[in-house]
Amino acid sequence: MPIELKDYDPGPFFDEMMVRKNRARPLAKELINLFRKMNSGELAARQDAADLAIKAMGITFTVYNESEGMIDRNWPFDIVPRIIDKQEWDRIEAGLKQRVQALNLFIDDLYHEQKIIKDGVFPAEVLAESKNFRPQCVGVNPPLGVWAHICGSDLVRDADGTMYVLEDNLRVPSGVSYMLENRLVTKRVFPELFETYAPLPVDDYPTQLYEMLAALSPRSAKRPAVAVLTPGIYNSAYFEHAYLAMEMGAELVEGRDLFVDDDDCVYMRTVSGPKRVDVIYRRIDDEFIDPEAFLANSILGVPGLLRAWKARKVGLANAPGAGVADDKVVYAFVPEIIRYYLDQDPGIPNVPTYRCMYPEERQYVLDHLAELVIKPANESGGYGMLIGPRATKDERRTFADLIKKNPRNYIAQPTLGISTVPTVVGHSLEPRHVDLRPFILSGRTTFVTTGGLTRVALRKGSLVVNSSQGGGSKDTWIVDKG
Amino acid sequence: MLSRVAENIYWLARYVERAENTARLVRVNSHLVLDTPSGITPGWAPLVEIAGLYNEFHSVDRESNERNVVRFLIGDANNPGSIISSLAAARENCRTVRDVLPRSSWEKLNELYLFAKENVQSGLTKSGRDNFLDGIISGSQQIVGLLGSVMYRDEAWHFARIGRNLERADMSTRIIDVRSTDLFPDDLLESRSLDTLQWISVLRSLSGYQNYRRHVAIRVSRAEVLEFLFHNSLFPRSFMHCIDAVDESIAHLENADAALRGIRAVKRTLRQTNVGEMTQASLHEFIDELQIRIMQLHTYLAKTYFPPPLQLDEVG
Repeated sequence: MPIELKDYDPGPFFDEMMVRKNRARPLAKELINLFRKMNSGELAARQDAADLAIKAMGITFTVYNESEGMIDRNWPFDIVPRIIDKQEWDRIEAGLKQRVQALNLFIDDLYHEQKIIKDGVFPAEVLAESKNFRPQCVGVNPPLGVWAHICGSDLVRDADGTMYVLEDNLRVPSGVSYMLENRLVTKRVFPELFETYAPLPVDDYPTQLYEMLAALSPRSAKRPAVAVLTPGIYNSAYFEHAYLAMEMGAELVEGRDLFVDDDDCVYMRTVSGPKRVDVIYRRIDDEFIDPEAFLANSILGVPGLLRAWKARKVGLANAPGAGVADDKVVYAFVPEIIRYYLDQDPGIPNVPTYRCMYPEERQYVLDHLAELVIKPANESGGYGMLIGPRATKDERRTFADLIKKNPRNYIAQPTLGISTVPTVVGHSLEPRHVDLRPFILSGRTTFVTTGGLTRVALRKGSLVVNSSQGGGSKDTWIVDKG
Repeated sequence: MLSRVAENIYWLARYVERAENTARLVRVNSHLVLDTPSGITPGWAPLVEIAGLYNEFHSVDRESNERNVVRFLIGDANNPGSIISSLAAARENCRTVRDVLPRSSWEKLNELYLFAKENVQSGLTKSGRDNFLDGIISGSQQIVGLLGSVMYRDEAWHFARIGRNLERADMSTRIIDVRSTDLFPDDLLESRSLDTLQWISVLRSLSGYQNYRRHVAIRVSRAEVLEFLFHNSLFPRSFMHCIDAVDESIAHLENADAALRGIRAVKRTLRQTNVGEMTQASLHEFIDELQIRIMQLHTYLAKTYFPPPLQLDEVG
């Protein structure tokens, strides 16, 4: 039985591949035609082949579960790629560069003169209550003036086709390794489509990452010693830490592999004695990187690391304190931040956001809880959220109390009709919701990944794309049809 | 190279080697049982001793019968030396060093671990055992072969080689030690054919039967087998060959002087000892001494190259 798209119904949502049932968007025609020629058994067979490849390649993510402890799960991947036109992508790319440039100026300002507060554009009380502002970093001038070297911004498309930025991840964003691996798997599964589409390659990322990191080196060596600092194998993104270290030819280190000596330099413990490290791509949150400066009982970090960084004896990416701009309340101010520092209009709009700290906006939120998504300022991974339309009365009441108790900690957004992409479900294709996480590197120049990681909510109707909560991913193709 | 990484690679190699050796041990014993005249059982208890797991096995009240011993050695997750535990430990060690190993080695090891996990039940049946053990042995050999053919000859390679050869040397002496005493009750050993059978099984445990026949003698005799397994530096599972390999690799490391002195002393002792003429009792003593030397060598490597052990009071 061939794959039929007669019953494919994205409903009120924007579908990235189909205009409506049975009618592909121009860019997706060849892809959909390929499916039409396949029978349903072949579709399932290709999905099986991809799952098998992922298992054999050992592409995993780690979840922690109370009853079973640490489990290594195979990376859930859907074989149908998501295709974006290059012309649209060029606009998005420009918008992301603008956004990250403004965020870096904003962070640098917060740790120096705080002009944006003095000029009344950003409220002092938001900063005062920020969980991610690090007083230890005030007055520091990081190399190149950059704080957020690696940013992962989440994009979603609403029902009318508009692409919005949903959040900016500036602490330790993950997912880029899966973006790279997804491409390898897709090449195995759909080699014939690469001839038709020639999606722009994505594999430049590790080189770009290495060069950006190398530019932070305090010494002018030809090949600075770069290390990826991981919390260890129990971290959900450990696969990615190891992967990136390997791709860059960098050392993958844990806190106990490093020490800071009296000369404020950072050294690795090696079989031939201590060896100096020039740049650290740390995948450990601020609070844990240095028990001397932050949480004293952290065993993941390196005592004295902040001291070494301040003495400019080691480069750190992202810079400690960069997370101050990774906060859902700060997010609500990003359009103003872009206008303030760059005197430009934002290239990609923000999702309209209500800030519960302002009485009027808070009242609106409390009156419309059933229509809104409520998010705490400092959680990631989709935890601690309330999705108004799906919540019970009790859940809504609990959240109303939470908001009243700590308004600064909450923002609310309308529920978006997030776009869908055809996804393999058994022997046929069904629409599933997706987002997109491109990665932006800021060093001497700014680099944006070609596309990014498309995350897909595999459960029918679900909007939660996080891999820890039943999400999967797709390969993302930027296609230049001229 | 990071000290922690050196340690992980060393253990990774040891665990893969241990899984393979354990599989060989079980396979050869299974065949031996089939060759033995009815009424005589060479027994399964010695295998537990060869593996150095006497206490672990007897921590639970159970008989040393075929079923229990095979289960214990192949699939018991509570036995740190079982095939399944060794592969799980190898995989954990590999996971933390996959950035320095050839990418396909992680894939192969992962595959081998999954093979073991998925097939262990059939490995416990008499009819499925051979297939399972062959899978483990050939899977381990693939990994060793892969590392040998694509790995950059830096310190990582040398730590892998040291780990593999120390484990192999240790296991070879254990097999010789136990196999040369306990296989059959003494009164039965009067029978020439059983004696031969016993030494053939020792050779087979170490994949040395074919080589022995081709390069040493057609007739299988105790003195010559011992000579072959300890001194023949051309046979890759002989004690001498393993120690040569460790010697060569340690020589590539920095700060290796004391370790080299240690290993060369072992070689000297070995050369000066005529194992073929030793009585069973003095052979046993000699093997004990070699095993202590191997342990000392490990301790020395750990002190010089591996990270300081995590102190509990540091964790707080």
